[in-house]
Amino acid sequence: MHETDMTKALIITVKDWWESQPVPPQISCIHLIVGKFTCVEPVSLQFAFNVQKQNTFLEGVELAIQETPLIAFCHHCQQDYFPEMGCQYACPQCQYPMEDIRSGRELKIDRIEYSFETEDSAAYAPNL
Amino acid sequence: MHQTFDAALGINLLHANQEGADHNREHFDEWGIICLNVMSSPGAGKTVLLERTLAALSSELKIAVIEGDMTTELDADRLRKYNVPVIAINTGRSCHLDSKMVAGGIHQLSYQYNPAEFDLVLVENVGNLVCPAEFEVGEHAKVALLSLTEGEDKPLKYPVMFQEADCLLITKMDLAPHLDVDVDRIVANVRQMNPHVAIVPVSAKTGEGLDAWFDWVRFQIKRSAPAKQQLSVVH
Repeated sequence: MHETDMTKALIITVKDWWESQPVPPQISCIHLIVGKFTCVEPVSLQFAFNVQKQNTFLEGVELAIQETPLIAFCHHCQQDYFPEMGCQYACPQCQYPMEDIRSGRELKIDRIEYSFETEDSAAYAPNL
Repeated sequence: MHQTFDAALGINLLHANQEGADHNREHFDEWGIICLNVMSSPGAGKTVLLERTLAALSSELKIAVIEGDMTTELDADRLRKYNVPVIAINTGRSCHLDSKMVAGGIHQLSYQYNPAEFDLVLVENVGNLVCPAEFEVGEHAKVALLSLTEGEDKPLKYPVMFQEADCLLITKMDLAPHLDVDVDRIVANVRQMNPHVAIVPVSAKTGEGLDAWFDWVRFQIKRSAPAKQQLSVVH
């Protein structure tokens, strides 16, 4: 269950960002990109996040996980292909080994959606 | 009005671990040490491999071991018989070593010994084919073990570990006559995703293949030697 550790890392990174803002904003959603060719299970990550966010600055924050497929590039055929996880990783056309992974190894905090409290947002009105 | 903003971060989830791993590697490089991260499922034979390695190489190389174990020091005690420093790290509930834990081990080593005297640090990771593959600890190369009894399909089922490995030891080769396991199939499955990995079939019991493994270890150290000399010129 290393998703627990991953979630810890996620929360620390987001907290660093949050504290570095001039006015700590209200975060509404954290977007992650998780590749299929990683050892991370999105369901477990979601579960760990929901447990760990309680009673923190992330209470009520949503975690959106976008999974990216495993895509490899075959240098022999000069084209992308989708290896079949658990069965076949070599190029289905020429059997050339999977050497160049173009997608699927991502484990990334992509972006954060946030807003400011209503009284703060008034200060942002351009005509004031 | 309630306005929503968006901040692009693009930060790796394992950013902190990766930074720690890079820092550990800088220490190893500074001291001219090669670090190997030894990984496998539980019971594949990591500890006995290290026992054989220490017995064969500790007279020609100065070796230290960082031993990851969830709760016990059983493995560490086995290796201490070879009169090399063995630093035991209990990972608790964590199923892998991370760079911070190994940093603790490195600091302990540098506190008790002169680290520049060492050539090789062997990190024995927690038995697990999944998580250790994602958490770099500062190693120069990854060594994976797969015992014959685990079957041909494991590289296909746990591909990240086998795709990341620089050396794969197929262990317990002495059992081959008793099992319906096709070694060529294991090799082919691994090569599908990692064509350049060094594959060495070994048996700690009969000694088969161990010389080839020792040579691979020696080669890693030799390969780093020019970098070591360059470093000493700089300082």
